[in-house]
Amino acid sequence: MTPTEQCTDLTAAERRDRFLSRRSVIEMRARERAQALLDPGSFRELLGPFDRLESPWLPLQGIVPQSDDGVVIARGELAGKPAVIMAIEGAFQGGSLGEVSGSKIAGALALARRDGEAGKPVLPVLLLETGGVRLQEANLGEAVVAEIHAEIIALRRHVPVIGVITGMVGCFGGMSIAASLCSYLVVLPQARFELNGPEVIEQEAGIDELDANDRRLIWSLIGGEQRYETGFADALIEDDAESLRRTIRDLAAQGVPARHRTEAVDDYRRLLAQIDPTGPLDGPGFRQIWPRGAMR
Amino acid sequence: MSAAAPLSSRGRTWFDALADGAQRVETGLGSLLVADATLTGERVRLLAVVPDPRNRFPRARHGELGLEEGWALARHIRDAIAADRSDAKRPIIAVVDVKSQAYGRLEALLGISFSLAAAVDAYATARMAGHPVVALIVGSAISGGLLAHGDQAHRLLALDAPGVTVHAMGKDSAARVTLRSVEALEALGKTVIPMSYDIRQFARLGLLHELIAGIDADAPSAGQIAKVKARLAAAIADIRVDPGDLTSRLNNAEAKIHRAASIEVRRRLAEQWDAS
Repeated sequence: MTPTEQCTDLTAAERRDRFLSRRSVIEMRARERAQALLDPGSFRELLGPFDRLESPWLPLQGIVPQSDDGVVIARGELAGKPAVIMAIEGAFQGGSLGEVSGSKIAGALALARRDGEAGKPVLPVLLLETGGVRLQEANLGEAVVAEIHAEIIALRRHVPVIGVITGMVGCFGGMSIAASLCSYLVVLPQARFELNGPEVIEQEAGIDELDANDRRLIWSLIGGEQRYETGFADALIEDDAESLRRTIRDLAAQGVPARHRTEAVDDYRRLLAQIDPTGPLDGPGFRQIWPRGAMR
Repeated sequence: MSAAAPLSSRGRTWFDALADGAQRVETGLGSLLVADATLTGERVRLLAVVPDPRNRFPRARHGELGLEEGWALARHIRDAIAADRSDAKRPIIAVVDVKSQAYGRLEALLGISFSLAAAVDAYATARMAGHPVVALIVGSAISGGLLAHGDQAHRLLALDAPGVTVHAMGKDSAARVTLRSVEALEALGKTVIPMSYDIRQFARLGLLHELIAGIDADAPSAGQIAKVKARLAAAIADIRVDPGDLTSRLNNAEAKIHRAASIEVRRRLAEQWDAS
């Protein structure tokens, strides 16, 4: 499902028309993304801006809060089936999760689980543009991220939990663990997906370990295409809302996977045992030894 | 083992104190200690991540949670779940003294988020399978270290001692990311409770089941070890009465004061979930 594969059977004119009709997801804000994914007329936002649930901790630090705290929770239908979109706004505080924004996601996952347990499945979709825990709410941010992890693990027994990383913020920190727990993960080539942000690796391990300004190197290690080719993501798609919607629909139709990646303990450990940490290993080299299906 | 003595750490000290001579389960890693110890007559599985200066991954030599540690934790937790499938579910105790996750280029390339997620998954799976899961914080519990090794427990306990600290990120990196000085960060921690690196401030958020006072965290006496064991046993008994999930951290007097927003979000979300 790579962008090139999708286009091979099209004529040049069809490819051009398709390119021109694309609607960029990257350029949308979180609320527009949720609206674009849900069936027309079905979008219903929960705890929207007029509910005024803001961070109680940011004003104490001279930071202006936002009345949705940077997370949009929307219910509606996706391809005719009940869904809940949890979209993180990368433009507010780097998409970081604090007490309120994190609780919105954890609470929505918990309610989806309640419905799943009652035989009323709701498809959960996480749009992950996030630096992870909001450091201005450090320990509470971490606590709610742990709650999100717990809820994803409990929920994915009932319905597949779908994560999407579009870019340009990417998905880092404790929320990269959340992404790793998802049943299916969709990435765009522009996405970056990793536990540690490049700046933090450089800070902790030195510039010889990683130059956070070397964009080409960063994408070769943790970019969307690399993650897809090494089996850490299930679909790599072009930056188009309709492509994303169809991809989510198709993945959801596959149901709960027989095995989640985080259950592939022995397979991953066997592969890890082959790695020589003293030897050079780069992105292309890793693709050779870590094929796409290794964790499924 | 080589002639070099294993690096001392609080994680090792408390693992040894609680294991009390119980035979170690072979993990193949110098950085992961596992044993089935006896606690008030009951078998419990202890797990600790400790420094290993010979760790084959250089970025995980100081007690960080690295690529191998996360997956190995998952293996040894899942082994206990499988062994107890039709048996009494043994309690699982995470002894927590973890500097952070490992930061490195190789860790990035090999997808360290999945390693930590595997440990998160295993702890949560044990909790949902009916194993009482307790985390005992005896030293550092920083960032991904606690998320992967402790945060999925039914109950979090901590020693009220100097050097016991919980935080989302180490001070230097947190300062860089938030564009502040380390001094400014420390000053903020005094007024903004969740920003603090102090375990007593952490306790005010309602996240701890118990803060155990009067313990020398580095060199505990026999009496102090007995006291900690008793508190762990009490926590396990409490879980058996009322396991709950992580939302139990919201249902207490401290949380009602300092996590009012979390409670409000969940309450109003439930009201709006189904269209009226």
